[in-house]
Amino acid sequence: MTPALALDSVSKSFGPIEVLHGVDFDLRPGEVHALIGENGAGKSTMMKILAGYLSATDGAVRVDGEPVRFASSDDAEARGIVMIHQEFNLAEHLTVEENIFLGREMTGRFFLDHKKMQAKTAELMQSLECRVAPTRRVSSISVPDKQMVEIAKALSRNLRVLIMDEPTAVLTGSEAKVLFKQVRRLREEGAAILFTSHKLDEIMEIADRVTVLRDGEVVAHGPVADFTEDSMAAAMVGREVSDLFPPKRKGGGEVVLEASNVTSGRAVEGASVTLRKGEILGIGGLVGAGRTELVEALVGLRNRSGEVRLKGETLPAGDVAEARKRGFVYLTEDRKGAGLLLEKTLRENLTLGVLHRFAKPLIDRKAEDAALTKAIEDYDIRAPQRDMKVGNLSGGNQQKLLLAKVMLADPDVVVIDEPTRGIDIGTKQQIYELIHRLAGDGLSIIVISSEMPELIGLADRVYVMHGGKITGELEGDEVTEQNVIRLATGLSVAREDAA
Amino acid sequence: MSTATTNRTGGMKIDLTVLGPILALVALIVIGILLNPNFLSYGNITNVLARSAFIGIIAVGMTFVITAGGLDLSVGSMAAFIAGLAILVMNTVLPSMGGGYGVIAVGVLVALAAGLVAGAVNGLLVTKAGIEAFIVTLGTMGIYRSLVTWLADGGTLSLDFAMRELYRPVYYGGIFGISWPIIVFAIVAILGEIVMRHTAFGRHCAAIGSNETVARYSTVAVKRVKTMTYVLLGLLVGVAVVMYVPRLGSASASTGLLWELEAIAAVIIGGTMLKGGFGRVWGTVVGVLILSLIGNILNLTDMVSPYLNGAIQGIIIILAVVLQRKGGAE
Repeated sequence: MTPALALDSVSKSFGPIEVLHGVDFDLRPGEVHALIGENGAGKSTMMKILAGYLSATDGAVRVDGEPVRFASSDDAEARGIVMIHQEFNLAEHLTVEENIFLGREMTGRFFLDHKKMQAKTAELMQSLECRVAPTRRVSSISVPDKQMVEIAKALSRNLRVLIMDEPTAVLTGSEAKVLFKQVRRLREEGAAILFTSHKLDEIMEIADRVTVLRDGEVVAHGPVADFTEDSMAAAMVGREVSDLFPPKRKGGGEVVLEASNVTSGRAVEGASVTLRKGEILGIGGLVGAGRTELVEALVGLRNRSGEVRLKGETLPAGDVAEARKRGFVYLTEDRKGAGLLLEKTLRENLTLGVLHRFAKPLIDRKAEDAALTKAIEDYDIRAPQRDMKVGNLSGGNQQKLLLAKVMLADPDVVVIDEPTRGIDIGTKQQIYELIHRLAGDGLSIIVISSEMPELIGLADRVYVMHGGKITGELEGDEVTEQNVIRLATGLSVAREDAA
Repeated sequence: MSTATTNRTGGMKIDLTVLGPILALVALIVIGILLNPNFLSYGNITNVLARSAFIGIIAVGMTFVITAGGLDLSVGSMAAFIAGLAILVMNTVLPSMGGGYGVIAVGVLVALAAGLVAGAVNGLLVTKAGIEAFIVTLGTMGIYRSLVTWLADGGTLSLDFAMRELYRPVYYGGIFGISWPIIVFAIVAILGEIVMRHTAFGRHCAAIGSNETVARYSTVAVKRVKTMTYVLLGLLVGVAVVMYVPRLGSASASTGLLWELEAIAAVIIGGTMLKGGFGRVWGTVVGVLILSLIGNILNLTDMVSPYLNGAIQGIIIILAVVLQRKGGAE
């Protein structure tokens, strides 16, 4: 069978640095193909070459066997090749319908045919089991819904090849299932689908074939049946991945953080939390359950009612600087939007939260540089250049820098929201070990995670949230995937005695 | 080997955006010398610098506002209003105080205090009320312009003649042959450069302009810093007025007209990004000098009508931004 889209020993260089080295790849009609690899392996670059966003430095791109040279992504789209990016490409102030038909608006004789477009949008959204009205503004809908709009936008085109860069990173399990249903439908219609994901179980479930990329080279490829999750991970990392999580530990000294009856807007209702010294406390729940909102309310990034006591003293509401002064900090889940200044250097990012310590009153550049040297060492941040922009670091290194930045405040209590979102397995393991080491040093840590193995593997104790409320607390052997999911979906825990 | 190449090309790029405004300034000076031998004369240089001082002092403050992602359209009207107010107060207290430096001190204090308050009003409306800076300052621009017109009853507010003589040296005098406005401008510029580059406040401004959410999550006091940029700008408008009043000794509805646009233009020509996130005070100073030299050169030669001053300034502004974008994008 002629591949719908193929790469013939394609290389790509950015300036003097080659990031793809002679990659051969083929994508056949009617298949779902998974592209996996660690961050920085070259997945996104390869996808962008396939979809016409970048051009190859060397080698050829073939469509139906014919070598082509895309002048732009529009060129590729004209041939039915559509790519959905990791960062959304939506006009926030336009409605769902306007976004889906942007640039290809349906017209009547003179004017836009809103009725037709709305009907078509409603139909598309329904097929995606997404209940967002076509007339809603994109800025007002949730992140998973935006992903669905992106997918609807792609589906509304005449597509033969769909390329998706980590489509499920922001989706919950059930939302991913809906997406996969659509992917299977497209496959049956003969479309070729290529996607990346760090969730290996997903790949086992949906993909027909797998290509593993490491350091810009294809190191393994073949039918998914030839792989196991372990062998995929091993191929990505280039070594066997031993147990991802450090051994379980027993946390718990005196209570350092005590929140009672915390309510914040409609997102959090009457939540009470206790955290002990040296403990790793997990907060589980589905996306939108109010987990991030709860900790943001605790730390003062969001208004709240209810009392929060830190080391026995009441913490004022809505004062995040005061919380930091008293040793309570929050590491955001939104690395690029709320965590780091992508246009600034590592040094400027590292010290931003505690600049007063370096400014007396003029900023001591040498002390800053020393702090950066220490952070690079302690957190194993791999930056090709010290004075580079943070936006050019890989996701894993950004996360490590963010961790270093938050830890520079010398906290006693730190909340880490989605510690490893969009990060490769090698770095994940490093971050897990780091979290354990910090807890061992007496730091109290709250971890929010949507990844069940992560939550279960890391936390000594877990609160689970549903609809803005804490629906249960699990400890020790109770912390199981089944229990967390039951609580997260609003059911009660199946206890031994109830069975 | 390959790393070395990257470094060198990287360095070249930065050099271009940094050197651009300076090269433009040097080119203007060379053109000026070639066209008119009087260009480099002591009198001409002093005149150009002293006239630049008002816009320059304000533009230094504007650099902070823009770097933090804000904008202030009201500074020209604010200057006119403060000048009118200061003159009115001085004239009013004159009979009871009987003249002398005390009256001038009162005028100076009124100007600085009024600038501080006016800046705080802009800043608080932007941060506490959450209204966009463009709209807030568009509003206050109209308010101040209208207030000064009303205070002057549509005409001109003039400082008492005796006081004017006493106050005159603040603009026309100086030490070591350098006039006071130039000295004050230099001090403001140097302090501004230090604050922008070497203090937490300057770094925080850039962080907020770069991404306000990141700044907030980094526990930067975003609202306070943003408000402070407007207060600082207001205070500097007050300083500019203190230097301006002795020049003409009067204020009217047309005082400070379009100063806001000249100040913003100088900031942009200097390499500060209009959307915020990066600012440099020395660039602003270069931008101010470029703008005033264009006018000066046109006045000194007959080749191009001075009426085209605005057109040439406009071309320079657009050119500056285009060049900077090229330097940054590649």
